[in-house]
Amino acid sequence: MAKELLIKNGHVIDPANGIDKKCDVLVVDGQIADLGKVGKSVADTIDAADKLVVPGLIDIHVHFREPGDEEEETIASGSAAAVAAGFTSVVCMPNTTPPIENETDVEYIHRKGRQARQTHVYTMGAITKNREGVELSEMGFMAEAGAVGFTDDGNGVQDPAVMLRAMKYATMLDVVISQHCQDNSFAGSGVMNASYYSSILGLPGIDKLAEEAMLWRDIQLVKKTNARYHAQHISTAEAVELIRTAKKQSLPITCEVTPHHLLLNEQCCAEYDTNYKVNPPLRTEKDIEALKQAIADGLVDALVTDHAPHLQSEKELEFLAAPFGIAGLECALGLYVKALIEPGILDWAGLIKLMTEKPANIIGIDKGTLGKGRQADITIIDPDAEYKIDINKFRSKSKNCPYHGWTVKGKVEKTIVGGEVRFSAGGD
Amino acid sequence: MASKTKQFEWNHKHLLGLRDLSAEEITYILDTAQGFEQISKRAVKKAPALRGKLVVNMFFEDSTRTRNSFTLAASRLSADLIEFTKKSSSVSKGETLLDTARNLEAMGIDIVVIRHGAGGAPKLLSKNINACVINAGDGFCEHPTQALLDVYTIRKAKGSLKGLKVAIVGDIAHSRVARSNMWAMTKLGAEVIFVGPPTLMPGEVDRLPVTVSYSLDEVIEKVDVVNVLRIQFERLGGNPFPSVREYSHYFGLTVERMKKAKPDILVMHPGPINRGLEIESEVADGPNSVILEQVTNGVAVRMAVLFLVNQAAAAQKNLKL
Repeated sequence: MAKELLIKNGHVIDPANGIDKKCDVLVVDGQIADLGKVGKSVADTIDAADKLVVPGLIDIHVHFREPGDEEEETIASGSAAAVAAGFTSVVCMPNTTPPIENETDVEYIHRKGRQARQTHVYTMGAITKNREGVELSEMGFMAEAGAVGFTDDGNGVQDPAVMLRAMKYATMLDVVISQHCQDNSFAGSGVMNASYYSSILGLPGIDKLAEEAMLWRDIQLVKKTNARYHAQHISTAEAVELIRTAKKQSLPITCEVTPHHLLLNEQCCAEYDTNYKVNPPLRTEKDIEALKQAIADGLVDALVTDHAPHLQSEKELEFLAAPFGIAGLECALGLYVKALIEPGILDWAGLIKLMTEKPANIIGIDKGTLGKGRQADITIIDPDAEYKIDINKFRSKSKNCPYHGWTVKGKVEKTIVGGEVRFSAGGD
Repeated sequence: MASKTKQFEWNHKHLLGLRDLSAEEITYILDTAQGFEQISKRAVKKAPALRGKLVVNMFFEDSTRTRNSFTLAASRLSADLIEFTKKSSSVSKGETLLDTARNLEAMGIDIVVIRHGAGGAPKLLSKNINACVINAGDGFCEHPTQALLDVYTIRKAKGSLKGLKVAIVGDIAHSRVARSNMWAMTKLGAEVIFVGPPTLMPGEVDRLPVTVSYSLDEVIEKVDVVNVLRIQFERLGGNPFPSVREYSHYFGLTVERMKKAKPDILVMHPGPINRGLEIESEVADGPNSVILEQVTNGVAVRMAVLFLVNQAAAAQKNLKL
């Protein structure tokens, strides 16, 4: 007998199919079977009145730390956190120890993801061996094993000739090259944005040029190769302008933004609280405004978390010594509501598009919509529910989150992965 | 004036920097130091103010002057002293700063004097332990007791900082001394001019309460005080100036340049001096130099700071009881 699940009376938003209306969703055997007024009664029914029913959210930038740093996060703990946050697909970054740089590594991530039985777990592979920016890693074999893109995330590929080679090679495989734009000669040993604040705090700064110079260089390489290129976590006003110009020229370039670059500025570092130490660093209000404008103008293709869990003992170090990163997976939706919906930059349909359809397109996976016959990855959201972010309730192993105590709106009620309810608020 | 400062109540159990202190608070430290200066001149150079208190000198970077000065200041106030030295960057694995401090605290320390290569390290400590914390230099953030002894020395020679023009010359970008000096001097009414090549200026220097000049020749004529910074080769990354020779040519305090200076200009240097590089020996040892007086005054200033933070801690403890 077919296994059926009916989601009734919800407000369904499916940007890919232009759907934004009140209707029912019928799931049969893990696939979307019908969307509209479903007359029949199904034993397994979820009443979604006053709730949003959207394609399962997709985060194409997370760090689950496995293999190598399982004390910070595992694929199991990260996946559990992901479904609690409404994410039905995540893309792990390959900067693990050892890095993900061959097909066996890719298969390992997939296996751990399957075993966790929470969210769909994808991975990118490293562009270069050991993320050293010297020799290309086996991108072909990794792509065949299911890697959804390539990046040396944490490092930008410094050598322009190596980057050119990587892009050329990627065109053969039709995979996306995803870059952490940071020219190390400008970034130096910086730990926060280079500005007045780094000057008075006596901390080495990361000049915005570090991001912008590499992004500019890469855009030139895209012009030459026509490779699919994705700029990770852009953070400056000038980076936005570079993206704007590149998109005007119809180059195959996409970009992503994180919640922290929309909600926090460099002044947050004033008390040396290492929960605000992140890379790219928190910038200025002017940059925040530019990023929001970029989103309003449709220049940003994906909203991500860059979930970067770290041990408390590491974050207790001096600002100079502590690792970069914010564990923000579990509050992402509420933060995006605060940053983008509340000020009227996006409506819900606009937000969902940047958390489902568009990121799915970047990595080329058949997800991010509620189209008939698709795998039933669905997130049910209570858009009006307010809640207080509490790191002690995180499923993530790490608590390095500066939003503890913030009140946000927009709560994940249920997360359905492949037709199975993997998360229910309140634990029912 | 004297009666006014008497009513003033000092309530900081830490001295982390001068940026957050008021002119009144800075003046209060200087006035307190003035009282302590006499002790060093007595036959018996001791006062009982910190008897039974345990001070730890926690130095993660090299220091001779500051460390000895704190040691002397603590012993003149009859405190017990532990010396803790660990020359390593905290990036290296091993015991963390907080664990080290917690262990020392378990031994019952009352005051930590910390020098550390990371800006903000003293603040981190102050948030996590009960003892008083005194910053003896953190990264290139602040070096408050150095600036206090600098303004103390100037005040002694000139009567007041108000209206004085002070040039701070050298590697401003990597200098905690320059930053603490800037806060203290501008709060006390002096005008500060940063002098050095653009490659050694901190980021967005135009937002700091100073003016900037790339020409020591122009500045030397009009200032009342010139504070020459040491070229800290250990902190200089890359190649911020082409050669030592060229640096000395533009920014060295030479006998020749001193000819253009006001006759009563004060020449200062936080030490240790690179003779012939940022300052010529004849100038360092000349009649306008107060470099050794700075060292002498450092002891009195540090006695005042030790005394005041301890007093504030005691007052806060009483309040809790």
